[in-house]
Amino acid sequence: MTFMIGENMVGGYGSTDILNGCSICVDLGEIAVVVGPNGAGKSTAMKAIFGMLNIRSGKVSIGGEDITALAPFERVKKGMAFVPQTQNVFTSMTVEENLEMGAFINTGPIAGIMEQVYDLFPALKEKRHQRAGELSGGQRQQVAVGRALMTEPKLLMLDEPTAGVSPIVMNELFDRIIEVARSGIAVLMVEQNAKQALAIADLGFVLVQGENRYTDSGTALLRNADVRKAFLGG
Amino acid sequence: MEILLNPLVLLANFILVPGLAYGSQLALGALGVTMVYAVLNFSNFSHGEVMSFGAMVTILVTYWLQSIGLSIAPLPTALLALPFGILGAIGLCLLLDRLVFRFYRHQRASSVTYLIVSIGVMFVIGGVIRFIIGPNDRNFNDGDRFLLKARAFKEISGLSEGLAIKSSQAITVITAVIVVAAIFWFLNRTRTGKSMRAYADNQDLALLSGINPDRVVGITWVITAGLAAVAGTLYGLDKSYKPLVYLHLVLPIFAAAIVGGVGNPIGAIVGGFVIAFSELLLTFAYKKVAAYLFGEGFFGDGLLQILSTDYKFAVSFMILVVVLLVKPTGIFSGKSL
Repeated sequence: MTFMIGENMVGGYGSTDILNGCSICVDLGEIAVVVGPNGAGKSTAMKAIFGMLNIRSGKVSIGGEDITALAPFERVKKGMAFVPQTQNVFTSMTVEENLEMGAFINTGPIAGIMEQVYDLFPALKEKRHQRAGELSGGQRQQVAVGRALMTEPKLLMLDEPTAGVSPIVMNELFDRIIEVARSGIAVLMVEQNAKQALAIADLGFVLVQGENRYTDSGTALLRNADVRKAFLGG
Repeated sequence: MEILLNPLVLLANFILVPGLAYGSQLALGALGVTMVYAVLNFSNFSHGEVMSFGAMVTILVTYWLQSIGLSIAPLPTALLALPFGILGAIGLCLLLDRLVFRFYRHQRASSVTYLIVSIGVMFVIGGVIRFIIGPNDRNFNDGDRFLLKARAFKEISGLSEGLAIKSSQAITVITAVIVVAAIFWFLNRTRTGKSMRAYADNQDLALLSGINPDRVVGITWVITAGLAAVAGTLYGLDKSYKPLVYLHLVLPIFAAAIVGGVGNPIGAIVGGFVIAFSELLLTFAYKKVAAYLFGEGFFGDGLLQILSTDYKFAVSFMILVVVLLVKPTGIFSGKSL
């Protein structure tokens, strides 16, 4: 039984459909990566799974429970966390306050979870009293991921976490994401850096025009000659 | 020595002391405007009338307390009535949000729509106030008038210029310091306060973090209404209460919020004092100061006054225009609570 399943999702903004029956799933402790050309509906699929976009047909379930009708903040309570591509930190607040706000639904003590996040991203601990807006792009992404982890999610969704960061920072961030998955969390991400992302993916989805074109393990997709030629630049 | 001390005391008496009091009143008002702007994203022109409404409730309760003979002399009875004024203003703001602003929030109305709506609300509250208490001038300060009398100061210092501190001015400054400290403590130290800052910073991300928007909006109204009632009462206590004056106060208050950087609470406070002191410095007649320094009649018979006090609102306007031309984001750029 797969942990999160988005099945045959159809929907979009206004009258035009961007998703034309695409399906995405991910299991606990695994990393699933969604790749595809611009306009394929990758980010839209993420929004649909998180409930920020109403789908006209299809179904989203988590742990066997149908959550298609739930609002985003109710999905947060079900164990989903989302890191948007842009504007994903509270820029005027300190790193620590960002993490605190991430844990807002958690009324119990949060020091332990915060310590875990600092263990994962030691750089943040040093900068805990600095405003998130003053950090470098890579550190900001760490704050964004850290904020999402503060809800102790079972599913972490990342929309292009490495957009605009240097290759070194990207590798570092991927390493951390692998660590997160190892701890038993399901990770679902959309990536522009398709090759590197598929290299760490247990499962890869290649979307084209809102439909699944290829679905396979990350390494198999990387070896697939058609996928390489059409989507990975040879 | 006295040649310097006398003009300094003169300036302290007519500019420093009143400026501190007036600046505190504007700062409290601007703080309310700036918080509504930061959290609810609109310029609330009805804020002056909310101040007036809070002051009116305070006055009515003061009259009642006086009639039953309750007093906290030498402090003005109005301080005892102020909590009722605050509750009244909070009730008004929550009612207005429920009846008016919530509708436009759900419509995701543009900020221009909001602005016009708030002007409409301003006229309605103004009408209700005149209906209840009338348009006349009212003095409700029954406490001791002076903390330090000009004559007493002259006797102690032996100077020919006096320095007077009205008790209402002292109360204003002390109350403002306490209220501002409480607000900053709330915003920076409490979970609820931080969630307000988070919501003001990035609404979408606040929703993703599970912050309840309705609660944030409600708390914002409670705080702004409280600030408005305190500011309105202090202003009325210091000068006198007249409904029309509160309509005029909206201009310097908005100027203060914008000068400081609208949406920034520290900016609102700094802006309040900038506007207050600019107004006083530009409308003060420096004739007597010059007489002390350069001798009588050195500059002829003129009052050495840059602007007549009748034009004090022009000062706010000028500052507003200059700020919008030169640095539209204000001193402390930006919108961050």
